[in-house]
Amino acid sequence: MEKYYQKELETMPREELKKLQSEKLVKQVRHAWDNCPDYRKKMEEAGLTPDDIKGIEDLHKLPFTSKDDLRDNYPFAMLAKPLADCVRIHSTSGTTGKRVIAYYTADDIRMWDECCARSLAAAGATREDMVQVSYGYGLFTGGAGFHGGSHLLGSTTIPMSSGNTDRQLQFMVDLGTTVLCCTPSYAAYLGETIKEKGIKNDIKLKAGIFGAEAWSEEMRRDIQEALGIKAYDIYGLTELSGPGVAYECSAQSGMHVNEDHFIAEIVDPETFEPLPAGSKGELVFTSLDKEAMPIIRYRTKDICVLSDEKCSCGRTFIKMAKPMGRSDDMLIIKGVNVFPSQIETVLLNNGYQANYQIIVDRVKNTDTFDINVELTPDKFTGNLGDISKKEKELVLALKSMLGIMANVHLVPPKSIARSEGKAVRIIDNRKI
Amino acid sequence: MEVKQISVFLENRNGQLKEVTKILADNNIDIEALNIAETAEYGIVRLIVDNVQKAIDALIGDGFIISVNPVTVCNVPNVVGSLNRVLDKIAEANINIEYMYSIFGGKNAESKMVFKSDDPDLLKKVIG
Ligand SMILES: [Zn+2]
Repeated sequence: MEKYYQKELETMPREELKKLQSEKLVKQVRHAWDNCPDYRKKMEEAGLTPDDIKGIEDLHKLPFTSKDDLRDNYPFAMLAKPLADCVRIHSTSGTTGKRVIAYYTADDIRMWDECCARSLAAAGATREDMVQVSYGYGLFTGGAGFHGGSHLLGSTTIPMSSGNTDRQLQFMVDLGTTVLCCTPSYAAYLGETIKEKGIKNDIKLKAGIFGAEAWSEEMRRDIQEALGIKAYDIYGLTELSGPGVAYECSAQSGMHVNEDHFIAEIVDPETFEPLPAGSKGELVFTSLDKEAMPIIRYRTKDICVLSDEKCSCGRTFIKMAKPMGRSDDMLIIKGVNVFPSQIETVLLNNGYQANYQIIVDRVKNTDTFDINVELTPDKFTGNLGDISKKEKELVLALKSMLGIMANVHLVPPKSIARSEGKAVRIIDNRKI
Repeated sequence: MEVKQISVFLENRNGQLKEVTKILADNNIDIEALNIAETAEYGIVRLIVDNVQKAIDALIGDGFIISVNPVTVCNVPNVVGSLNRVLDKIAEANINIEYMYSIFGGKNAESKMVFKSDDPDLLKKVIG
């Protein structure tokens, strides 16, 4: 039996849902206009006032918001409520420049926690369950989001945070943890450690919710087998709240977007025109209930597909596929969209490090596609045949991920040119 | 006789082998045997040296990918048919040889053969 946290909302007929979204959008836009000078300025430049937005059919008229917009307004300018009404902040990691600070009122936290509770319920969790939250706690939203969700649902929450694997496993065994929340790579690592220690029979896990980084279906299978669980995906952005913007159900075939709180759109990454469901493009989100920091048409740069097909779980929310990559590093090779992140996923899943270089050229009007991958010491047996065998394995794994063939060349470590310490990922010699 | 052979993974381009020989020379390591297996793109240099651990440390320290495997070295007298006799013994014992190469110019003008097999222990008994 499928479990829900808020069944009436999660299974609401789509006509009603659209009405609800329209009412909320009108209010959210008005709130942004009234309280955020940046949104007002952009709408004015587009010749719009809040009166022009009468429902979701007018969404496409609104200007986009980018990560740079949020960064440029650091630290307070995106705030749409007095600071006194904010009860918490979180922040992005800020590895590529200024951080984005996200603000939350008590109601914003409540909405976010509900989203995470929906995710936990969809993974089968109830108040009887022991939920181990092994995402980092702190400015990062992973720990706090699941902590709040588990608390709302009434499960017993173990606020483990990340790291200290021995202690993680000890709690898991001694307390009989049934639901695990962490990054997929850490779940895979825990799986390996459990195997090494031979304690699989002492583990009572039944489900895990894994997000905050890219993972493949192959990785899902491995984790499910190693931990003896069903592994669920989750999507979220600090800018929008945190984990739980979209969550997976028992069908495990895409993540339901919490459409009563967020509108998802797919737009063409070149022209920014909205595309119909089923098209591949850049994912754009608009918040509907956020008080402290309303978000209007936020370009996530994630390339993704939305599906409005009916789901076996009974939820009526649209589903988003796992993001395929980032719009700013998409390559079109032989007519197929290729993302370096897909290649990275294949390499990591096959035990390589993400030290690679893509070389694209055009010979006789046909694209050539080569990938140099640095060999790792543990994969070198000293046998020549083993190297070409490993290359062939990678060709097949990449073909199933990308849909096209690449010539794979294993090369010695540090032989790929680096610029300021980072490997140069893409060499595109095509003159188009 | 069983010895440890060091294989080094190299790109097939000018100067790569010289980098290896330079590191060994700088560390005062003598190369007793050297063999190269290659394709158009990469090569594997196989080395037998007088100080294996020192060579391993020096090569890894310089960022090379290496693999250390046991190989079997056997004397082959400079007489017609002697290599054939060695290979006969190996075939009889059903040992699979992955590759082999010879070292000439030993002290008494006798050649040696280096064998990489799937069963070095058995090979040592048969021809060692
Ligand atoms: Zn579903």
